[in-house]
Amino acid sequence: MNTRRAAIVGGNRIPFARSNGPYARASNQDMLTATLDGLVARFGLQDERLGEVAAGAVLKHSRDFNLTRESVLGSRLSPNTPAYDVQQACGTGLETVILVANKIALGQVESGVGAGVDTTSDAPIAVNEDLREVLLELNRSKSVGQRLKALAGLRPGQLVPSIPVNSEPRTGMSMGEHQAITTYEWGITREAQDELAAASHRHLAAAYDRGFFDDLITPFLGLARDQNLRPDSTVEKLAKLSPAFGKQLGEHATMTAGNSTPLTDGASAVLLASDEWAAEHKLPVLAHFVDAEVGAVDYVHGDRKEDGLLMAPVYALPRLLARNKLTFDDFDFIEIHEAFAGTVLATLKAWEDEEFCRRRLGLDGALGSIDRAKLNVNGSSLAAGHPFAATGGRIVASLAKMLHANGGGRGLISICAAGGQGVVAILEG
Amino acid sequence: MSDRYLNLVNSPIGSAVASRVGLPQPAVLRRYKAGDPPLPGPAVVGSTTGEVPTALTTILTKAGIEVLDSLPEGQKVAAAVLDARSIAAPPDLGALRAFLQPAVKALSANGRVLVLGRAADGANVTVDASRQALDGIVRSLAKELRRGATTNLLWVEDEASLESALRFFLSGKSAYVDGQPLRLDAGEAPNPSDWEHPLSGKTALVTGAARGIGAAIAGVLARDGAHVICADLTAAGEALAKVANRIGGTTLHLDVASSEAPQRLLDHLAAHTDGLDVLIHNAGITRDKLLANMKPEQWDSVLAVNLESQLRINEALLGSDQLNAQSRVVCLSSTTGLSGNRGQTNYGATKAGVIGLVRSSAGVFAKHGASTINAVAPGFIDTEMTAKMPLATREVARRLSSLQQAGLPIDVAEAVSWLSSPGAGGVNGQVLRVCGQNLVGA
Repeated sequence: MNTRRAAIVGGNRIPFARSNGPYARASNQDMLTATLDGLVARFGLQDERLGEVAAGAVLKHSRDFNLTRESVLGSRLSPNTPAYDVQQACGTGLETVILVANKIALGQVESGVGAGVDTTSDAPIAVNEDLREVLLELNRSKSVGQRLKALAGLRPGQLVPSIPVNSEPRTGMSMGEHQAITTYEWGITREAQDELAAASHRHLAAAYDRGFFDDLITPFLGLARDQNLRPDSTVEKLAKLSPAFGKQLGEHATMTAGNSTPLTDGASAVLLASDEWAAEHKLPVLAHFVDAEVGAVDYVHGDRKEDGLLMAPVYALPRLLARNKLTFDDFDFIEIHEAFAGTVLATLKAWEDEEFCRRRLGLDGALGSIDRAKLNVNGSSLAAGHPFAATGGRIVASLAKMLHANGGGRGLISICAAGGQGVVAILEG
Repeated sequence: MSDRYLNLVNSPIGSAVASRVGLPQPAVLRRYKAGDPPLPGPAVVGSTTGEVPTALTTILTKAGIEVLDSLPEGQKVAAAVLDARSIAAPPDLGALRAFLQPAVKALSANGRVLVLGRAADGANVTVDASRQALDGIVRSLAKELRRGATTNLLWVEDEASLESALRFFLSGKSAYVDGQPLRLDAGEAPNPSDWEHPLSGKTALVTGAARGIGAAIAGVLARDGAHVICADLTAAGEALAKVANRIGGTTLHLDVASSEAPQRLLDHLAAHTDGLDVLIHNAGITRDKLLANMKPEQWDSVLAVNLESQLRINEALLGSDQLNAQSRVVCLSSTTGLSGNRGQTNYGATKAGVIGLVRSSAGVFAKHGASTINAVAPGFIDTEMTAKMPLATREVARRLSSLQQAGLPIDVAEAVSWLSSPGAGGVNGQVLRVCGQNLVGA
C-alpha cells in the first residue's frame, strides 16, 4: 500500500491561563470551539468539510462525552465534519495529531485537525461515591416501597462531593510526588532545574517579543499571552521558592512551584492535510509528520529510579530513532515537554547514561546527549503552562513553524503522560 | 449604537412634535441592501444643452432605471440627473435653476440630485468661473434638501468610470455622501460581469479589521465578492477571528506600525494569494490631547500607525511583485484632516498627511498597471469610539450635518468598496468625503 506523509499546515491555540484565572468560567467546549474558530479564521475554513477532527480533554465532564463533535457543531467548520474524542492523559494532544496524520498517510482523509483542551478551573465534580450508589439504587427501584428503602440510605456525609485529584489511581500519589522521587533518584540538582525553568521563561518571552506567536495564537477572553509567563524570571528569583513536592526528602526536596508546571486552562489545534489538499487551498505547508511511537513504564511495580511515572519517553524514543535510522545529531530542534524541569533533566540524563542505555534500552552505549541550544528554543510548558491535552498541539504547531522558518530540517517531540506513558514523534521540514 | 432621537422623530407622535417646534428631523436613510436596484423609482434627466446625451440615458436604462426626459404632472422622481458639461458662461447657469427647481419639488424622500460638470482647466477665465459655479450650487442645494435626499457633483473629464459612478451615487450605497464633488478621469475601468459582485475573484486586505469601520469595510468587500484578509493586532485577534468567520475571510495578525510589517505582509501575500488587488489602509488610533499637553509618545504613536505605516507598506508593495495590475488602494482619512479638530493635532496631521499621500502617489499607482489610490474621509460616524462620547456632545455632533445624523460604518464601507471596484478606475488621487455634508469645515 502506498502511503504519504501528512503535511502540517499550521495551528492555533488560545493563550494558556492559570487555573481559576481569566478562563475560570470557560468550559472545555467553549475553549475548544474558540480554538477551532480561530483556526478556521486563520486558514479560511468556513463551511469546509474536513476529513475529521480528533480532540480530547483529560479532565472531562460526563456530559461532554461527545466534546469534539459538539465543538465542531458550534464552530464555523461544516457541520458535516466528523469528530471523535481521544484521551491519553498529557499525550492526548500529540496522539490526536498522530491519528489524523496516519489517516492522511493512508489516504483515508485529505485533511483533519488534531486538538486538545483542558480546564482545571471548570473541572467536573462528581457526587460522593456513597451518594451515587444510593441514587442509582433509587433509579432502579420500581415500587414506592423500594424507593423509600433506597432513600433511607441517604446520609449527611454523602453531600461531600468527589473532586478530581491530580493523582495516580494505583499509587494515590500525585504526579509531582512521583516526579520528586525520579528527580531525586537521578540526582538532578535544584540549580539545574531552576536554570531550565528560567530559560523556558526567557525563551518564551523572546518568542513573543519577536512576534513568533502572531500566527499561532488567537486571544481569548481578553488574554493575549500565556498568563504564566514571567519574562523577568531568573535563577536567583526561582532559588528563593520553597519546595512544593517531595517534602519527605527533606533537604533533598528540589521541586518548587517555579520549576514545576502550574495547573492551567487552555486549548490548541493543528491543521493537517495531504500536500494536494494544502495546495488546492493555497495553504503553505510548514512541515511533514514523519513517525511516532508511544511507550509505557510499569511505574507501579517497576524500579523506583528507572521506571518513574514520567519516564516512558526514555524508552519510546530509542525505538523511534532506530526505526527511522536517526540519531540526535540529525535533529535541528528538540522539544521535550516540561511537565517538571526534573522530568526533562532526568530524561536527558538517562539517555546519556551508558550503563542504563545498555541494560534497559538494549543499546550498544549511551543514546547520546542533546545540544541544549536545540532544546525548547521558544520556551515550553514551564513558562507557557500545561493544559494537559493542549500541550501536544502547542508543540506540534510551534515546531512546524520553526522548521519552516529554518528552511527545513528535522524536529523531535517528547511528551510524558500520566499512567506511565510517553508519546514521541518526528517532524520534518 | 442606535440614534434614539432619529427613531423618535420618525415615529408618528415624535414627527408631529418635531415639525411643530422646529426641531431637526433626520430621515431614515435609504441604505443599500443586497439585491436592491440602483434606484427605487424613475430619474428625470436633463442637459444644459437641451439635448440629453444618449450615452447617459443608455447607462441609466441598462441599470434598470426608468428615464424621464420631462417631469410628468404630479409624479415623484427618485433622482434628478443634469448634464451641465456645456456650461461656458454665467448666463448658462440659469439652465440649472430652470431644471432643478421643479425636479427638487418632485423629488421623493431619499432622492438623489446628481450634476455632471467639467472641471475648470485654466484655459478660459469665463468658462472656468462658470464651471466652478456648479460646485457652489451643488453644495448649497445639498444643504437645502431634506428627508434624506442628497446632491453631488461629478466632474466628468472622461466617461470611463461614469457608469460605475452613476450607479454608486444614485444607489443607497452613497446614502451618507452629500454635497461632494468627485472627478472622473480616464483610466482602466472595466465593467464587472456581475454588478452585484464587482469584486468577484479579487483578493483584498483590510487593516484594522477587527472592529468598527474596518470590520464594516471587510464585510462589504466580501459581500461584493472579494476574498478578504482581515488584518489587525494580535491583541485584537479574538474579535478579528469573529469578523473573518462572519464574512468568510481569513485573519492576519499584523502590527502595521512595526518595522517588519511590510515584509511580513509581502511574505503572507506570496504564500497565500495570487497577489493583492485591493488594499484598505484603515488601521488608525487616536491619542487626543491639546498640543500644549501632548506627550512625544502620543504624537509619535499616532503618526506611526496612521501615516508612516501606509507610506512604508505602499512602498514595499510597489517594489514587489505582490501588487496586481489595476489594483485599488483606499486610505482612510477623516474630515479632521480637512477641517481640523481641537485636541487632534497629531491625528489631524496624519489624516491630512494621508490626503497628501494619495494625491502624490496617484501617478505612481497609475503607472503600476493602471492602479489607483484614493482616500475616503469619514465625518461623524457612530462607532464604539463615539459611543463613549458624552451624551450632549454626541447628540450635537450627530445633528451637525446636512443629513442631521451620524453616519454608520457601512456608509464608509460602501464608498471604500466602490472605489475598490474595477469600474472606479477613472478615480485616482482623490478624496471622497462620507460625512453627510458635515457643517464643520466642509
